[in-house]
Amino acid sequence: MKANKNYYPEGDALLAQINGRHRRGTIWRTLFLTATIIAILVLMALLYNVFNQAFGLVAVQNKIDPTTLTTDGVLLEDLPKEQLVDVLAGHISTGLGRRLEREQLFFDTSTVFEDPALFNELCASAEPPAACALPARSQEDVYQLVLTRVVEPEVIKTWSLVDSILHRSDVLMEAEQAFPEAVIEFRSWLTPSFITNPQSSEPELAGVRTAIFGSLWVIAITIMFSFPIGVGAAIYLEEYAQQENRLNRLIQTNINNLAGVPSIIYGMLGLAIFVRVLEGFTSGAVFGLVSDTTTANGRTILSAGLTLGLLILPIIIINAQEAIRAVPSSLRQASFGLGATKWQTIWHHVLPNALPGILTGTILSMSRAIGETAPLVVVGASTFITVDPSGPFSKFTALPIQIYQWTSRPQDEFRNIAAAAILVLLILLLTLNATAVFLRNRYSTKMT
Amino acid sequence: MTNTNLNRNGEYAIEGHNLNIYYGKFRAIKDISLKFKARKITALIGPSGCGKSTALRAFNRMNDLVPISRLEGQVLFRGKNIYDPDVDPVEVRRRIGMVFQKPNPFPKSIYDNVAWGARINGFSGNKSDMDGLVEQSLQQAALWDEVKDKLDQSGLSLSGGQQQRLCIARTIAVKPEIILMDEPASALDPIATLRIEELIQELKEKYTILIVTHNMQQAARASDYTAFFNMGDDRAGYLVEFSETNSLFTNPKHELTEQYITGRFG
Repeated sequence: MKANKNYYPEGDALLAQINGRHRRGTIWRTLFLTATIIAILVLMALLYNVFNQAFGLVAVQNKIDPTTLTTDGVLLEDLPKEQLVDVLAGHISTGLGRRLEREQLFFDTSTVFEDPALFNELCASAEPPAACALPARSQEDVYQLVLTRVVEPEVIKTWSLVDSILHRSDVLMEAEQAFPEAVIEFRSWLTPSFITNPQSSEPELAGVRTAIFGSLWVIAITIMFSFPIGVGAAIYLEEYAQQENRLNRLIQTNINNLAGVPSIIYGMLGLAIFVRVLEGFTSGAVFGLVSDTTTANGRTILSAGLTLGLLILPIIIINAQEAIRAVPSSLRQASFGLGATKWQTIWHHVLPNALPGILTGTILSMSRAIGETAPLVVVGASTFITVDPSGPFSKFTALPIQIYQWTSRPQDEFRNIAAAAILVLLILLLTLNATAVFLRNRYSTKMT
Repeated sequence: MTNTNLNRNGEYAIEGHNLNIYYGKFRAIKDISLKFKARKITALIGPSGCGKSTALRAFNRMNDLVPISRLEGQVLFRGKNIYDPDVDPVEVRRRIGMVFQKPNPFPKSIYDNVAWGARINGFSGNKSDMDGLVEQSLQQAALWDEVKDKLDQSGLSLSGGQQQRLCIARTIAVKPEIILMDEPASALDPIATLRIEELIQELKEKYTILIVTHNMQQAARASDYTAFFNMGDDRAGYLVEFSETNSLFTNPKHELTEQYITGRFG
């Protein structure tokens, strides 16, 4: 380098050089913006797809026109109970009638399908039918029965939301020609009854109540299992196992790798350990909850929760470790300098300051767990179950399982309710996350 | 270490004998021996990287927190080597408090910053005793008048100089015998620095103070004794000269000391 030579550009060359630097910055900025836009577009395409299926026009055709069931133009739903029962009796088989009557009577004092004497005998027997203890069906109940058993409205064709809005006249014309007897109506597949109904083989009646309860139970077990263990392990690794030795490095590497293991592998692990080896525990048999131990079955909420817990455990550990590592060492030194023990330092300073970070990691992993399908399939979630789970030892299904199962059905309507179930899952996820974030901000008000 | 035949009024509060400190294979301190007079201020000065902070931290076992560090030699406190296996470093640090270079109050209220150390060390008084301790400590740290109306505010809401005085209050609340100060004023402006120096002078009546500083004027102004450290060719710190501050600055015995205090290196 010569001492007197100016190696820097001056004048126009300087301006050109600076402009060049700005230009390169602008190009990068544009690239990053493009990446963000692509991400947003993909997200919107997903939502478009879901909404497109969850709402739209449907053609509904009744097997029997309700107006033919009544006289004088009275609406079916306004008929008194006696007439509705007559309509029902006229259109269903005696066998079905008896079954319905054993579930719940039509009249308190008399029977319609059953022989009264036989019914009394049944009620006196060792295992009386449910009807013996229940009051009679109301007019509303009977009307619903007439609708589902006699009128049997059936969706024969569905249209997507976009078609329903943008090409409404085409849709109506097509429906007019193809299904002259059908009623065309706008339908939201996501209805209150969709949320409160249990699973059913009829898409019109099917709901996600069982699946919602299943998902909530599973996620509760998952968090209760993996949060304390994960945070405990993170504290140990960060605060106690800090010597640079081969064992600690091995443990750390393994945890990092476990976080990347495909979820189906955890499913296999859960099947082998929780469902098979620990069957007595996960089925509740060791707690005396299964009357006949030969039928004990480990495919329960507990198995699923523990499996998902294993799945998110490494993620919780890694996130908690990051959060603990981010606590400034000056705080630790201040605490030790006052004569605090290691545990006092951890409990009073490290944990409170790391808590927001730990909870953020937990919330993220909870979101992951609630959407997991593969491990649940392997562990053995029921694909068709109509009974709400009653505890950790119940058989169960979960929302992603329900969605997966519905999308693989041949009928179009199942895809509509699958879309509605996706919306339910998204809403549930956002609600849980919002609650967790709220609690985190509420209880970790950091003094700054 | 709860030695009963200790001599609290003895001449020396703490003594280091033949200290060698290693970080892994690297020797940071080479064969230092120092005796600190009770209720006096001793300054440790020297160029950057000469190991004065490391030496300071050897006196309350803060170096233990660095897993790879190792110490040879003895530190006698109350007639007992604090590195003996039967001595708990927690008790050492409760008796020998520390103030750090960067003010590091806890993210708690001003009150809790002072009260926390007392609580964890088993302070047995009731609420009003604790209030009294907090007030007394803050007064000794010359901070009481500024914060008495906002004790429930965060310690982090104070200015840098106030934060450092809060840290000093926090340290003296647990009634230590010795206070180690690691460049306590280096992150502060000149006015705040002056207040800290005045405060250190007041604290001398009750406590033995060891202060690391790279500010020679500060050492000359504020200390009774001065130890000058230098870094050898192997980058290990060693003690060059240790005497009364006056004589060290006016009549250095060692050529290196003279060069350093006249600003010719460091």
